[in-house]
Amino acid sequence: MPDNRPTRRNFLKTLSAGTLGGLVFAATGCKREVLDEFLQKHFREMTDEEKKQVIRRLEKSYREKYGLDFKVGTTEAVPNTLWGYGLDLSRCIGCRRCMHACVQENNNSRAKPQLQWIRVLRLKKGNLINLEQSEHYYNPETVPEPGFIYMPVQCQQCENPPCVKVCPVQATWKEPDGIITVDYNWCIGCRYCIAACPYKGRVFNWAEPTISREEWNTDVHYLGNRPRMKNVVEKCTFCVQRARIGRYPACVEACPTGSRKFGNLLDPSSEIRYIIENKRVFRLKEDFNTEPKFYYFFSI
Amino acid sequence: MKRILPVLALAFAIGTGLPVFAVLHHDEFPVPPPPLSEGIYPCGNCHAGMEVNTKRRELTDEHQNIKLRHAENVRWCLDCHNPGNRDKLRLVNGNLISFGESYLLCGQCHGNIYRDWKAGIHGKRTGYFNGKKTYLLCVHCHNPHDPKFKPIKPEPPPYRPEDKRNAR
Repeated sequence: MPDNRPTRRNFLKTLSAGTLGGLVFAATGCKREVLDEFLQKHFREMTDEEKKQVIRRLEKSYREKYGLDFKVGTTEAVPNTLWGYGLDLSRCIGCRRCMHACVQENNNSRAKPQLQWIRVLRLKKGNLINLEQSEHYYNPETVPEPGFIYMPVQCQQCENPPCVKVCPVQATWKEPDGIITVDYNWCIGCRYCIAACPYKGRVFNWAEPTISREEWNTDVHYLGNRPRMKNVVEKCTFCVQRARIGRYPACVEACPTGSRKFGNLLDPSSEIRYIIENKRVFRLKEDFNTEPKFYYFFSI
Repeated sequence: MKRILPVLALAFAIGTGLPVFAVLHHDEFPVPPPPLSEGIYPCGNCHAGMEVNTKRRELTDEHQNIKLRHAENVRWCLDCHNPGNRDKLRLVNGNLISFGESYLLCGQCHGNIYRDWKAGIHGKRTGYFNGKKTYLLCVHCHNPHDPKFKPIKPEPPPYRPEDKRNAR
């Protein structure tokens, strides 16, 4: 009776043949770009020249893939900056304009999977601490609804970020200006960071992102809103492509009630410092010692 | 003495708690032009020859669309609009201001909000937070005759995980 069960010998044979074949294929047959991408260094270990090469390669591949001229930036953190965010819970009406502006600005997948970096929670008034009773699929005719308050949650850009600690390959880290970023080329898609984040601040590309040609925002940053690939984690970066050139993030500009505030925590004259010094502020799940740089406040 | 006179006046004004509008430069708050209804400005075109009627009444000839819901029991048009030169607004102290500076008018009653607005906390700013930014006037978001925000339609909710549009 023939034995068709896989044996250790056969397994090793196939494996080594496959590896050898793959190496030969990589060295001779396949495109240079694929090899370059495979051998690309960690973003923080690249020299300026290497970064330029990577950007050139990415822009070329985006042109081939999407037929658009992307401008991929690598703007570094501005010295003496630490970005902080303020959100006025007494003015937010839960209209989700921020969520949709974010999706457009940051080239999030629109469907299959639909990914959003902002989640607007609806809570019963007087029930702010019971987050487990929150709801983010609410869909009434008009907002605000009587008896409810709304609490948008996104990446809180923790000073002590649990997601960074758990990443086995250091594909996510805290930049000098306090933004937690992801090198999508380095991410292996293990999703440990998603499990570690107490704010549900990260989402995963289960499939190749779907965005129609006219919906792409071509002004992108390597660490932010550049096109993502399948099997990488992504998150809010306070619009790193905007913040580092002094522009307000997209969600701030989209909010019709002016509930969203942004600024440099190290600048005593900034809007965010005014809020911390003059308003009642709190940070979400402060007891976890994550030290978020996202301040919820009440202006009335 | 001539040189220190303005300083003294300023010190006096601050000391007495008077709003020091004179020191607030218009350039300090770069705002887009006020959202006046089309074809309505300059107001003086129609009002120039008209007699000023200070009596509280239902408007029947013009401006019927304005429904005052802003402390309407104690307020009437000419509390804010200047009876003489209609192209100006009038502060309580008698100073005339243009429609582009209407935040001074609103700030007379809403002092806390005016303070927050000056600091960039109340209302929305767009552009560059470290450089050129655009402020909005109170009236860009609030109808001055009916300032309470009206409920709006929310943008669509996210797809649920089990939604077909979300499946792989």
